[in-house]
Amino acid sequence: MTRKRRRMWIVLLCGLGLGTAAALTLTAFEDSIVFFHSPSDLAEKQVPPGRNIRIGGLVEAGSVSRATDGDRMQTAFRVTDGAASLRVTYRGILPDLFREGQGVVAEGALAPDGSFRASTVLARHDETYMPPEVADALKRAGHWQPGEPPPPAREWNTLQPASAGADTRRATN
Amino acid sequence: MDGPPATPPAPKAPTLGNALHRFANPGRFMRLSGALLPWLAAAGLALSVTGLAWGLVFAPRDWQQGDTVRIMFIHVPAAWMAMGGYVGLAVASFIGLVWRHPLADIAAREIAPVGAVFTAICLITGSLWGKPMWGTWWVWDARLTSVLVLFFLYVGHIALSNAFDDPERAARPAAILALIGAVNLPIIKFSVDWWNTLHQPASVTRLGAPGIHVDILQPLLVTGLGFLFVFAALALLRTRTGILERRARALMAARAAEPAATPSAVAV
Amino acid sequence: MDASFWAMGGHAAFVWPSYAIGVGLILALAILSWRGYAAARDAVARLEADNPRRRRGGER
Repeated sequence: MTRKRRRMWIVLLCGLGLGTAAALTLTAFEDSIVFFHSPSDLAEKQVPPGRNIRIGGLVEAGSVSRATDGDRMQTAFRVTDGAASLRVTYRGILPDLFREGQGVVAEGALAPDGSFRASTVLARHDETYMPPEVADALKRAGHWQPGEPPPPAREWNTLQPASAGADTRRATN
Repeated sequence: MDGPPATPPAPKAPTLGNALHRFANPGRFMRLSGALLPWLAAAGLALSVTGLAWGLVFAPRDWQQGDTVRIMFIHVPAAWMAMGGYVGLAVASFIGLVWRHPLADIAAREIAPVGAVFTAICLITGSLWGKPMWGTWWVWDARLTSVLVLFFLYVGHIALSNAFDDPERAARPAAILALIGAVNLPIIKFSVDWWNTLHQPASVTRLGAPGIHVDILQPLLVTGLGFLFVFAALALLRTRTGILERRARALMAARAAEPAATPSAVAV
Repeated sequence: MDASFWAMGGHAAFVWPSYAIGVGLILALAILSWRGYAAARDAVARLEADNPRRRRGGER
């Protein structure tokens, strides 16, 4: 074995060791690396009221109610992950992207009544990007129910909506 | 090491190391890179300007993010090059560490500042995108934090490379730092899949079809290719500078030794 | 370009700085890198001019 070859193996072995150590560390600290907990997580973990945490999920369709309390907006909505949902109350200005069906991350604490009192609400958007015309065409054609996640990308990422109101045609993939 | 080798050692076997030495000869590198550089720079400039203008003026706005989606055309290519550049840095460091090739050491030292600038662009534009869309300039989620760590790795590499009076002595510790930092690359890439993050998962490289409409994807890919060429041109130009600086140091050292010894060929 | 283009749907304050900072930083790096290259090239040329006996460059 030449010296160069030996050096190569030493470096590769160090890399393997380092990679394993990093993987183990990250697995061990998984709880503190996650940015937010889903409503199901929260139910499972029995988080005591008052402890500051972040929860995230989708704003349940039809759950948003707004009221003005003096000069501040008071909003209540339910955050769902499909399996469980949680009532969230928030006073303050919501991000532009906030709407039903949208992803949100709320920071705050559980109130004694089991609802979540948020001090901050952040919007979380999905990884789909399309022109509004395409989104409208999909919704008009019934391929995309409002408040639901967008249909599979293959169905729309080359879609070219013709003039408004006309039938949509598929571009060749 | 133990016992006689089964086959007699062939000193000039075409191993990877030999090939590296042959193709990475500084003189040859200077000739090749000198010929390549103008084309690389021109292609990078043309593609970047085309892609950015396309994204800024002609690409449609996004159904949920409106015009802020245009930040993507600079943020995402910068992020690709922040990570791609680090792959280049790690490969150069590995070659420098194992084969002790000076050209690899110089390339590693010169890639780092370029990578740091692209990472800074990624972080700044990401922040400018996060405020209007997420409602915050910054959060400590796994994706954002790991990219910030990437930036600090670049900065640390630059600092370490310049910490020694003799730049050649800095190469080995800097290479070790670069290789240790490489563990961060899969963390960045998969952070959005392994953990809950505020940052959304990948759109372009996700399984199945890209989650980006073709009218938005095309300018993104053009800019991405443009940034790749710009990055390569900058790294190549800086590596040429590093080689010239090394030659200047050697010439200066030779001149200092001139009166005493007979001049010998200046090794570069 | 009409006003709505510059307004960027009300997000001008985020879109334009992104482009300005991105392009500006890359341009600054390119200019600095080129200056460094020119300086190193001139330094080598000066040193080689001082040593006319030496072969140009390090090519084997």
